[in-house]
Amino acid sequence: MMRKIFHRGVIPGFGLTLGFTMFYLSAVVLIPLSTLVGKSAQMGVSSFWKMISNPRVLASCRLSFTTSLLAALVNLFFGFIVAWVLVRYEFRGKRLIDAMVDLPFALPTAVSGITLTALYAPDGWFGYQLNQLGIQVAFQPLGIVIALIFIGLPFVVRTVQPSLEDLDREMEEAATSLGATRFQTFWRVILPTITPALLTGFATAFARGIGEYGSVVFISGNLPMKTEIAPLLIVTKLEQHDTKGACALAIVMLTISFCMLLLINGIQWWCRRKQNI
Amino acid sequence: MMKQESRIHSENTTQWLLITVAVGFLALFLVVPLALILTEAFKRGWSVYHQSLTDPYTLSAIGLTFFVTVIVVPLNTIFGIAAAWCIAKFRFRGRQLLMTLIDIPYSVSPVISGLIFILLFGRQGWFGDWLAAHHISIIFAFPGIVLATLFVTFPMVAKELIPLMESQGNEEEEAARLLGATGWQTFRYVTLPNIRWGLLYGILLCNSRALGEFGAVAVVSGSLRGETTTIPLHIEILYNEYQITAAFSVASLLTLTAIITLIIKSFLEWKQNRTLTMLPVYDMEVPEIHYSQPAMPVVSDFLHEKSPMNHVQPTDRRDSLPLPSTIPYRGRSQGVGENEY
Repeated sequence: MMRKIFHRGVIPGFGLTLGFTMFYLSAVVLIPLSTLVGKSAQMGVSSFWKMISNPRVLASCRLSFTTSLLAALVNLFFGFIVAWVLVRYEFRGKRLIDAMVDLPFALPTAVSGITLTALYAPDGWFGYQLNQLGIQVAFQPLGIVIALIFIGLPFVVRTVQPSLEDLDREMEEAATSLGATRFQTFWRVILPTITPALLTGFATAFARGIGEYGSVVFISGNLPMKTEIAPLLIVTKLEQHDTKGACALAIVMLTISFCMLLLINGIQWWCRRKQNI
Repeated sequence: MMKQESRIHSENTTQWLLITVAVGFLALFLVVPLALILTEAFKRGWSVYHQSLTDPYTLSAIGLTFFVTVIVVPLNTIFGIAAAWCIAKFRFRGRQLLMTLIDIPYSVSPVISGLIFILLFGRQGWFGDWLAAHHISIIFAFPGIVLATLFVTFPMVAKELIPLMESQGNEEEEAARLLGATGWQTFRYVTLPNIRWGLLYGILLCNSRALGEFGAVAVVSGSLRGETTTIPLHIEILYNEYQITAAFSVASLLTLTAIITLIIKSFLEWKQNRTLTMLPVYDMEVPEIHYSQPAMPVVSDFLHEKSPMNHVQPTDRRDSLPLPSTIPYRGRSQGVGENEY
């Protein structure tokens, strides 16, 4: 008995909290998720493949993938600038802006969805102006990209911000005093240090974009083959009582997001190793 | 001298340019949508606004969302505290795996979060026949909405508490135990006061997501008007029925809660930073010894491969310390604001 206590130190509650955690985790997450795998395993490879290679499914996956990628790229660029400005410069209203970056995260997705749609619809504030220029946003793939930019922004900013704060100013001063130009300092000193954070932010925003539903369904127009994203197709299949088709598509999407997670971890591991050598 | 001056000048220009780009981008993407919600909500005057909020369907949606949140948030809070306690206070095999498993709901699309509960409890699901035989409905009913919301908000409190409790270490709890406190007393009087701001922060995030979850709830609720429509689903119905003003009126309610959430969040971050800097501190001398850097970097530091500056990464500093980890290392705050997604 004594040995057991000392084995874990004097702090109590290991068994209780671990037991509860495992129980709750299994009940809420693991068992429900395993049904998805179970259901797909029943299907068999050939019927699974048939459902996946359906042109409508492929089109929706391609659309989700490309729009998320585009949105994540835009967010990478602007998110970095926003994070840089928030960390490096002092100006009036900075605290307000800092707090506002989290708005897309705090705002329910349905609210952002109808708001962006109203904004970019042909008679909306932005939509009208853009229409004059011959650009249609709402009910087009471009609308999906806009919604995903809105959703993904805080992910990039909040990942890059802490690593910019941790950056040693002395390194830059040293680089400058050794004669580097400002571009060289940025390219050779700052960028390599924050690359892991940038890539992580990019991948997180991308992964979130692929799964996003609420903010996109309103603005996308939902035309099969054209503006139908993969999560929406799952909902449509469920409404048509095609549970198997929905499962197959869900498995594909889950695989993509887990690959993204692995990729993120891989990037961080690789960069840490590279820096430690 | 001339060169330096022109350099400072161009630095100011860059700074001005970058601030303009950042503020412009945020204004376009964040401020204008906010303004639009309010404009649309009050477009037809206060009375219409008031009317759409006191509509019986709206009221029932508010009630339903309230009950879902009241069930979900405490459950996930208790789980968050338990998970953070066993992960942060103990080292055991599979700890890393457990942390990864807790993160799963973040990487699952909301739609899939709804789908899995249909597979479990739906008519063709694993328990479908049994539930039908006993006349229990979970899908397209209140329990389904609660389950889907539980899944989606599952990691939020735990993710806030784990890094915070890890950074605070075990010494205070050990001292309390050695002085004769029971386990509960240790938690209540030692741990809880230390984590209270981080805990509130996690609860706040969990609450905000539970109020506004759309995708997962849309899949399991069936949208029976007045029965299984939460506030976001009610907004969708109003919008699809072209009751735009009513939709935005209800949306303005959620927007208001989002803004309040952001204000409280800023306040909690400020509090948390203050608590961290007020912790018992041994750091005055230690950082000097372990990773002191000369005020002016020496050139050889950069040329020499094994120099301390190349070697010690900012994130590794805390780990490399031989001292209790209660030391708030300089730089960003621990816990709050780091792992919120």
